Amino acid sequence: MDDLKAAATAATRRGFLKTGLLGGAALAGSLASGRAMAEGDPVITEIQDWNRYPGDGVDARPYGQPSQFESHVVRKNVPWLTSDTISSINFTPLHELEGIITPNGLCFERHHAGIAEIDPANHRLMINGLVDKPLVFTMADLKRFPRENRVYFLECAANTGMEWRGSQLNGCQYTHGMIHCVMYTGVRLKHILEEAGVKAAGSWVLAEGADASAMTRSIPMEKALDDCMVAFAMNGEALRPEQGYPIRLVVPGWEGNMWVKWLRRLEVGDQPWQQREETSKYTDLLANGKARRFTWKMDVKSVITSPSPQVPIVHGKGRTLVSGLAWSGSGTIKRVDVSIDGGRNWHAARIDGPSLPMALHRFYYEFDWDGSEIFLQSRAIDESGFVQPTKDQLRAVRGENSIYHNNGIQTWHVNKDGGVENVEIS
Amino acid sequence: GAGAHFKLGREATEAEVAAWDIDVRPDGLGLPEGRGTVAQGQELYDENCASCHGDFGEAIGRWPVLAGGQGTLTDERPEKTVGSYWPYLSTVYDYVRRAMPFGNARSLSDDDVYALTAYILYLNDVVDDEDFELSKDNFASIKLSNEDNFIDDDRDSEPHYARDIEPCMTDCIPGKAEIKMHAAVLDVTPENAGDDDAPAGGID
Repeated sequence: MDDLKAAATAATRRGFLKTGLLGGAALAGSLASGRAMAEGDPVITEIQDWNRYPGDGVDARPYGQPSQFESHVVRKNVPWLTSDTISSINFTPLHELEGIITPNGLCFERHHAGIAEIDPANHRLMINGLVDKPLVFTMADLKRFPRENRVYFLECAANTGMEWRGSQLNGCQYTHGMIHCVMYTGVRLKHILEEAGVKAAGSWVLAEGADASAMTRSIPMEKALDDCMVAFAMNGEALRPEQGYPIRLVVPGWEGNMWVKWLRRLEVGDQPWQQREETSKYTDLLANGKARRFTWKMDVKSVITSPSPQVPIVHGKGRTLVSGLAWSGSGTIKRVDVSIDGGRNWHAARIDGPSLPMALHRFYYEFDWDGSEIFLQSRAIDESGFVQPTKDQLRAVRGENSIYHNNGIQTWHVNKDGGVENVEIS
Repeated sequence: GAGAHFKLGREATEAEVAAWDIDVRPDGLGLPEGRGTVAQGQELYDENCASCHGDFGEAIGRWPVLAGGQGTLTDERPEKTVGSYWPYLSTVYDYVRRAMPFGNARSLSDDDVYALTAYILYLNDVVDDEDFELSKDNFASIKLSNEDNFIDDDRDSEPHYARDIEPCMTDCIPGKAEIKMHAAVLDVTPENAGDDDAPAGGID
């Protein structure tokens, strides 16, 4: 039986680029043929090992891991994107996930000098600059502030950035997987700033990390005092080292680069610092040679996670479930529309589960697939009335060299065999 | 006033602030005392930087290009370097001091960083004299050519940003959808053995 499951898993993974033809059809055939049809399904008619023998006891897995049959649900790297894995990116396997919460071990990683491994006993948070009194906090100090729990998405500014010139990577893990969404527990940045006493001229905050890139970004005071947090937990447990353990900055709705990990210092100033990550990087070059800076907010966006190139349709014609994610840095998602004919006609999808501001939203659309080729698209609309644009609309005003902030509508081509491909259409 | 709310934390000492607060702003705030020449910078660069960034800032492999590319920002493939793109020299000093060399950050002295910054100016033809000395005193007088080409976020002005416009639901585009571009043709997704012919357009 393990073989069957393994075959199904392998078929799904291979199906990811090889049109999906082989996977489901072969599997369904083996189940429905010969002895299985005549005498019944052996997984029912024969007593299975797990039904006869006891399994591991409670001491076997003090920190549990996913089933061995889910071993393909992992973060993945695209080696050619960067010079090395230390200043690089990997991708959340969105195509295999459900709901709106990303499991901690699957949240994509983006480091500029690798994963800093910090003993929380040796971690300090300093606040200095235009404050009444520069302060140093220990982790123990931070855990005595009033706490809050908030669910937010964190999207890398470069998510979908490789697609500016057209279809490039085949799978929503790669085209849209620089995102995760977890519940953060922490302290309002406002409390920390007020503890030091911001001087009247203090209009910007510089956040700095403790890693070897000493990541820095300038954040306007208005945002810092509004909803930013210093978080020490995600999804109920301590931050993972790759997510900034012991503390990171949370900047709801804004580009992931600003969510400084391993946060060690906050400086208050009266103008932005123009750091490398807000001049050379995270500025958006336009076709006329000008470049936008301080493009902080992540715009309304969505993607269909299944079917998608890594999740071909293997069940044949008939009832088909479209599952996807939508999000906006402007608040909640009001509606998601789905098209199966490349944007000619749209159908309102069903948002299911919590609808929280600046968090992922899960949507579903069910339809009867007639086995013909289709062009799947999703279009999100947020509570502020922003409508997700097409990629062509974005290119018309920005050109193709912005790198960041590509929130254009994604098209998946489903062929007659159920295989799915990332395409651009007219 | 400070500490009025929760009475948490303790006052940072001057030495602690000095140890961590090394950021430099375009107006020169944060620059340390010190100086270094182009010639000194070249020696440091060859020893510490050229193995990734190339002898002339042209870069090895995918490592960042530091020099050249002037006049390419409207090209199909712009080359964004300190000379062609970066708005402020302060960012060069700040970033080299906090994060370079990659793998051995914080190993350069303040004078070293002045010298390296001077050499990067030389590589980009901003200065042409090997005896040029960059210091805290003359730092703010150096301007990079692309400073004025940065604009604040004006995405709100793009036509598709218009709020509360009910999008088309039915018969929105005439004709059947036709494929203009396939990702599978490009063949660069991992698991597809396409790593050998990697396309341009990575991130860094």
